[in-house]
Amino acid sequence: MATNVSAAARAQSSSFPTMVLIAAWLIPGAGHLMLRKWIRGGLLMASILAMFVIGLALKGKIYSPNTGDLLDILNFAGDLGNGLLYILARIFDLGTAAVQVATADYGTKFIVVAGLLNVIAAVDAHSLATGRKRS
Amino acid sequence: MTISHFGAVLLFALFASIVFGITQRSEPRMMARFGAFCFILFVGGTIAASWVMWLIKH
Repeated sequence: MATNVSAAARAQSSSFPTMVLIAAWLIPGAGHLMLRKWIRGGLLMASILAMFVIGLALKGKIYSPNTGDLLDILNFAGDLGNGLLYILARIFDLGTAAVQVATADYGTKFIVVAGLLNVIAAVDAHSLATGRKRS
Repeated sequence: MTISHFGAVLLFALFASIVFGITQRSEPRMMARFGAFCFILFVGGTIAASWVMWLIKH
């Protein structure tokens, strides 16, 4: 009961759902962890992180901001969904190797899809924080 | 790192299904069911599409 009351109070706080959304975008699974959904948060973090790391290990490409081909812009938008992972990858110059193997394209797609899945997870955490999603 | 095409399919399907299951359903039991459903659709759809491509080629 006390947990429900505090959850309702947090939901009424206007800034908390926004904080959950931003945290969930920056760190995969963090939004659910903030809402004390430990197992869901852990699974989301492990899944998205694993996809991102596997993508890099397959020599996938990290897109930089561009105004070129439409698909390049969309891929950049997808990459941006990874939050801090994307920023760290750019800082450490990861994902810039020239494509030399056929599976590198799979790696690129893994990274983009990891970002898109992170956006879905962040929106889900926001819905939980606002009470739009029941549990 | 090297990976087979089917290995990539399995990994992609596994991780995407986990996220879909958690985000698209409310109850833990339904999450597991929907995640399994998505995994089967991902892998089954890929195998079916592969056979279609093989049939077109032959």
